[in-house]
Amino acid sequence: MRGNRFTYYIREGINSIFTHGFMSFASVCIIVACLIIMGSFTLLALNVDNVIDTMESQNVLMAFVDDSYSQDEARGIQSSINALPNVNRSYFVTREAAWDSFVSTYRNPSLFDGLDSTTLRDRYVIYIDDISLMAQTQLDLAGVTGIASVTAQLEISSGFVRIRNVITLVSLALVAVLFVISLFIMSNTIKLTTFERRDEIAIMKMVGATSAFIRWPFVVQGLILGLIGALMSFVIEWGLYQLLTQKLIAGAGIYFLTVIPFYEVAIPLLAAFGIVGLGVGIIGSMLAIRNYLKV
Amino acid sequence: MVQFTDVFKSYENGTKALRGVSFTIKDGEFAFLVGPSGSGKTTIIKLLTGEIAATDGKVIVNDYDLTNIRFGKMPYMRRTLGVVFQDFRLIEDKTVYENVAFAMRVIGASNKEIRRRVPYVLELVGLDTRTRRKPQELSGGEQQRVAIARALVNNPKLIIADEPTGNLDPARSLEIMLLLQKINELGTTVLVVTHEKELVDSFSKRVIAIDGGRIISDGMDGYYTYER
Repeated sequence: MRGNRFTYYIREGINSIFTHGFMSFASVCIIVACLIIMGSFTLLALNVDNVIDTMESQNVLMAFVDDSYSQDEARGIQSSINALPNVNRSYFVTREAAWDSFVSTYRNPSLFDGLDSTTLRDRYVIYIDDISLMAQTQLDLAGVTGIASVTAQLEISSGFVRIRNVITLVSLALVAVLFVISLFIMSNTIKLTTFERRDEIAIMKMVGATSAFIRWPFVVQGLILGLIGALMSFVIEWGLYQLLTQKLIAGAGIYFLTVIPFYEVAIPLLAAFGIVGLGVGIIGSMLAIRNYLKV
Repeated sequence: MVQFTDVFKSYENGTKALRGVSFTIKDGEFAFLVGPSGSGKTTIIKLLTGEIAATDGKVIVNDYDLTNIRFGKMPYMRRTLGVVFQDFRLIEDKTVYENVAFAMRVIGASNKEIRRRVPYVLELVGLDTRTRRKPQELSGGEQQRVAIARALVNNPKLIIADEPTGNLDPARSLEIMLLLQKINELGTTVLVVTHEKELVDSFSKRVIAIDGGRIISDGMDGYYTYER
């Protein structure tokens, strides 16, 4: 009997899709449109995050060692620096190495005649884990015995953090808004189906069909439409992403950007599309049918 | 069995549809419920089918106390009923067979049970040669027979017929009433709601008359004419 019912739900759900072909098509199109916009913004956010991560890894703090410390003493404080929270790694740069590096950036080294490396201090180049905590790490470093001063490009780091936050917020807001829109459209499609079949539903109630029995074919309908929409969106998103990353970015000569390859995000994206598509389908159909089941 | 005990029903707009209605219909009985428009007949049907709840009093249908019934139990109560309407309420794009089978399918009957039961019921109502027709290809009387077959197919204890002859000519009306009588003789309780005096008087059955939300007569004396 259970198998019988299952077949009935599937058959009725599929029949309903074809009986209301235009609305089904419209629902799938809306889901595809919403999922592609959601997906595109998510991919954009991921890529921005990736780029920021790369930039973060190049954004370092400089901790200058007190002049009174010998180089051996200066090397001795590296363990204290590395033990600080948020410090990923550090390396020691002698004043001589720093001087050579500085002078080499100028075409005319004679400008620095009469000066030598004692003008500079020994220093540590410090990489951190979280760029948003740069100011706190700067304070912590300043507190290490033997560190005379610490420089950090706080404006750049806060800029990165702001960009990331804005994109994450916009993406989240868009995902939420588009989810609600998809839900609304799907719910209305199924509502139209239920409206056309209201007499049938009334008869079902009258002869003693349970609410679950009445609901399931509509849920199956929503589920199939959601799934079709999700799969179509995934394929289109894939194509769009490849097109944009390979042709547009490469063609425009933006080589410094590192783009996440699609295969790295394909499975999570497919899973997310599947969950959103199915969620929209199932929740939308349940919202549409609930009024008919109250009696 | 149907048991109404001092039932009151008021709607949200203030209309008092029933004012202390009490009656009992025993298993296997045939009864008419008669009364003019607005007398409370439809309210009684809605109470019997669980579409609405009584404001006060007790309604028991086939051992289900509808005053306290849980929502989840309602479908199971409805499976003990068969309801026939004046406008037939058939599904237009399904054949006669499918319309009747549909009522079994939606309560989870197996294909085997459906194949066994539906032809039997269609033969009982005299439609065994019309199984592949769509409702619009049938006469009014035949459509009402399909509706009766659908009401009967799940073997209910009680059949409620709401103005079953309202859309039929006198000859077809009589046929339908004879069919309902035959179903009653096979053991099903039948309650016919009507305002057709001649039809009621041509059967020597119990008549419950209602007017103004109150029972005004209950007996075997035919249609009770009540002047407002």
